[in-house]
Amino acid sequence: MRLSPAQIWRTRIPRYRLIGKECKKCGRRHYPPRPACPYCGSRELIEVELPRTGVIESFTVIYTVMEGFKDRAPLIIATVKLDDGTRVVAPITDAEPEDVRTGMRVEAVLRRIRDDGSYGLIGYGTVFRPTILVHKTS
Amino acid sequence: MARDSGIVSWGAYVPRYRLKAEEIVNLWGWDSNIPKNLNVAEKAVENVDEDSITMGFEAAYNAILRANINPKRIGAVFFGTESKPYAVKPSATVIAEALGVTPATMASDLEFACRAASEGLRSALALVESKYIEYGLVIGSDTAQANPGDVLEYTASSGAVAFIVGPSKEAAAILEGVYTYVTDTPDFWRRGLSPYPKHGEAFTGEPAYFSHIEGAVRGLMESLGLKPDDFDYAVFHQPNGTFPLRVGRRLGFPKEKILPGLVTPLIGNTYNASALIGFARVLEQARPGQRILVAPFGSGAGSDAYSFVVTDRVNGLRGKAPRVDDYINAKKYVSYAVHAKMRGLYRRIAN
Ligand SMILES: [Zn+2]
Repeated sequence: MRLSPAQIWRTRIPRYRLIGKECKKCGRRHYPPRPACPYCGSRELIEVELPRTGVIESFTVIYTVMEGFKDRAPLIIATVKLDDGTRVVAPITDAEPEDVRTGMRVEAVLRRIRDDGSYGLIGYGTVFRPTILVHKTS
Repeated sequence: MARDSGIVSWGAYVPRYRLKAEEIVNLWGWDSNIPKNLNVAEKAVENVDEDSITMGFEAAYNAILRANINPKRIGAVFFGTESKPYAVKPSATVIAEALGVTPATMASDLEFACRAASEGLRSALALVESKYIEYGLVIGSDTAQANPGDVLEYTASSGAVAFIVGPSKEAAAILEGVYTYVTDTPDFWRRGLSPYPKHGEAFTGEPAYFSHIEGAVRGLMESLGLKPDDFDYAVFHQPNGTFPLRVGRRLGFPKEKILPGLVTPLIGNTYNASALIGFARVLEQARPGQRILVAPFGSGAGSDAYSFVVTDRVNGLRGKAPRVDDYINAKKYVSYAVHAKMRGLYRRIAN
């Protein structure tokens, strides 16, 4: 997969830090960030760092994958409802299809999401894995 | 005589997947006693979407979570590895950007085989003491390589560790002293275009591992006027599960002081994270007032011996982020074939 420096550079902050946008008009949040609110169309948006935990709302397993992703097959792609209600579509990693179910708690991790062969760029981004560590943050 | 710097916080990361030593015995036709002789039963291996950057990020994220500091106050990010995803392009900037430390910070990747992160630790402690920076972030992370069929395969594993270094008044462990011992010793190397390292077999022990760690630890004890009895824990670089116990015995440290920080028998040798994950694990059980010896080693060769004294701040930090043992215990076994796929060892052609 061809990856251009500009493409990697432009998307790095939202991809690395799970930064979405909050609409100043209707108050709803979305990810990935867009120029206008997908709910009300307002362009008055502010950047927000989204919570790194949530639950799997729905998921699909892709067995026939694009060239360059064969070593990752089968791919699990989920709609994750973050703890603030924002929905994110993202791959689920460190899990096999038989482990995954709706309602499962997941947490954000930084992983290699794409790469341009052995000589090109590596794209890093946020994906989710089942919460394996039960810990208190208080 | 404490110095004005120390460990404010720590974080670790060990990938979920494990490869049992017996898989390697069976695949390459080894003598089945080898894992027992190395004292390594299994090793942690990375998933297909992991590398030293992603693992280092998670360890660093845990360290910041545990410290509860604003990442913008970090003035240096040092990344020690011998498995850089890019030969040229810093890994430290990816991690610094992902953590929100950028742009007003130093950031660099260091190389000294398994000791690079330790050189970063020494440098960060010095930058804090000299007040050039408020906090430093030091990361050791490796997806250690081994030539398939090489005995190194039993131990070369994947994992990461990170420390936030800061002033002693905020430290969970205050630096008491450090002594570095390096020489030009060709015990282990990898040329620029080689995918795997080569090593001097028996030569990696006596003139390399043992003489450098002993040189550093003796130098430290002499400079501080301390003896083995003064330390409650001793953590040495752990290329396998037996060398740390042997070097401890030679220096006068009993097994009981070494075992709490000995993680290689459980996860393999994580190279730049090896002794430093052991140190993190010790911080998760040490009591205020206890003294910890930490002695990483890197081929080529060199060792740093540190003395840290634990403060009462340690108690409040343990539960604030995942612990080393949380990661050690969360595991799933994979076959050698699956591990080889995750590592990209199969050569495929495009459809
Ligand atoms: Zn809106």
